[in-house]
Amino acid sequence: MNLPAELKYAKTHEWVRSESDGTLTVGITDTAQEMLGDIVFVGDVKVGAKLAAGETAGVVESVKAASDIYAPVSGEVLAFNDSLDDAPQQINEKPYEAWIFKLKPAKPGDLAGLLDAAGYAAAQE
Amino acid sequence: MPLRTPLFDTHSSSGAKLVDFGGWEMPLHYGSQVDEHHQVRKAAGMFDVSHMLGVDITGPDALAYLRTLLANDVAKLDAPGRALYSCMLNERGGVVDDLIVTLLAPQRFRVVVNASTADKDLAWMNARIAAAGANAQLLPRRDLAMIAIQGPAARAAVWSAWPESLPATENLKPFHAAEIGERLVSRTGYTGEDGFEIALPAGDAAAFWKALRAAGVAPCGLGARDTLRLEAAMNLYGNDMDESTSPLESGLAWTVDLKDAARDFIGRRALTANTPKRALVGLRFLDRGVLRAHMKVVTPAGDGEITSGTFSPTLGFSIALARLPRVGDADPRPGSDVEVDVRGKLLPARIVKAPFVRHGKALIS
Repeated sequence: MNLPAELKYAKTHEWVRSESDGTLTVGITDTAQEMLGDIVFVGDVKVGAKLAAGETAGVVESVKAASDIYAPVSGEVLAFNDSLDDAPQQINEKPYEAWIFKLKPAKPGDLAGLLDAAGYAAAQE
Repeated sequence: MPLRTPLFDTHSSSGAKLVDFGGWEMPLHYGSQVDEHHQVRKAAGMFDVSHMLGVDITGPDALAYLRTLLANDVAKLDAPGRALYSCMLNERGGVVDDLIVTLLAPQRFRVVVNASTADKDLAWMNARIAAAGANAQLLPRRDLAMIAIQGPAARAAVWSAWPESLPATENLKPFHAAEIGERLVSRTGYTGEDGFEIALPAGDAAAFWKALRAAGVAPCGLGARDTLRLEAAMNLYGNDMDESTSPLESGLAWTVDLKDAARDFIGRRALTANTPKRALVGLRFLDRGVLRAHMKVVTPAGDGEITSGTFSPTLGFSIALARLPRVGDADPRPGSDVEVDVRGKLLPARIVKAPFVRHGKALIS
């Protein structure tokens, strides 16, 4: 399993990177893109939306299926990676570079509900 | 224990992602279903379709029996090697299954039925023989494997992998077949591209698959098979029609042959007694995202439902087949717009004339 150690993970297959300005960058894991197969659409992310942890933040669709993506912690959606509009397959090709949205957490620094790489790996078994 | 085809070991040793398909453990893809899709549109790909069942039908009453069993008229098969597509209906005019029937020789036919319905079909077909007292015998051919080789370069690849087949298949027209030894080569398919479907003894399948691969044919899974058939607007049994829908409500009126008024095929009376209230049409999604089966379609004449939907790799947007209410005696008009309930939001789609793609060319934009 390809799981960068510097990231945090949600059981629902999002990865989360803490930026130096206190914001969070969110994408989906290599495991998730592998399960979905060829991704053809990423969307429904609303910039400005205030989400509770676990609330739907958007959708990732492959040829095969649609899968919701969730806010890993409570916060406000700051940005959507609109380069995914024309090239959603970036998520298949480089899942840890092709981020989906950025979040301003309601409680900065509080990532207590998230897993580290080992914890996420264990949750998949 | 899942059912496995004679090519199972070949698939699992070449990295296929395997999924359950009607009880069969089948390849979904070998890496990327989109790449496999393009391979078939632009060059040649092959599919293991050994889960489908060939059934040989023989005997002096075989022809008369098939003329009452099937909605299309087998009497049109006027020479050995000719094939046609048909529905097999129940008394209510619902579709028990769809199939291809080939005349192999006088009093000898082969039908190929869907995998998930094979047991039901055999029971149905046997019961109809018994009810009619027909002198016809059914022989299920689980001893055969079937490989579909599809794409503009498919036939040339078959001739390269199996040169002995060239003389008998070089001039084979669509919906014609040739028996070569223990193999049956049919110029048919489920992709909208040229190609062959080849039935052969199970023990020969792995070596033939390998030879085709060496001739440049890409292994393709059920994922690409589904996007290819949907672009070609070919129905999938269980999605686009079933025992509760008639062929007239499934875009299959062209397969129902009513010319011979004396031919009282099963389901005929129900079909002719009722005017269809719904029609199966093509949809082109006008928004971003993907249409999926069972989404509700809102039209001025009432609600309908998507029966199959996908992202079209050839077109770059989502397409679907949908069963919509007819407007009086008229089918929903191509060019008019409808709304689809996509996860709670009503988004626009346009009714278009299907197929969407044929022989590598986009037919809509």
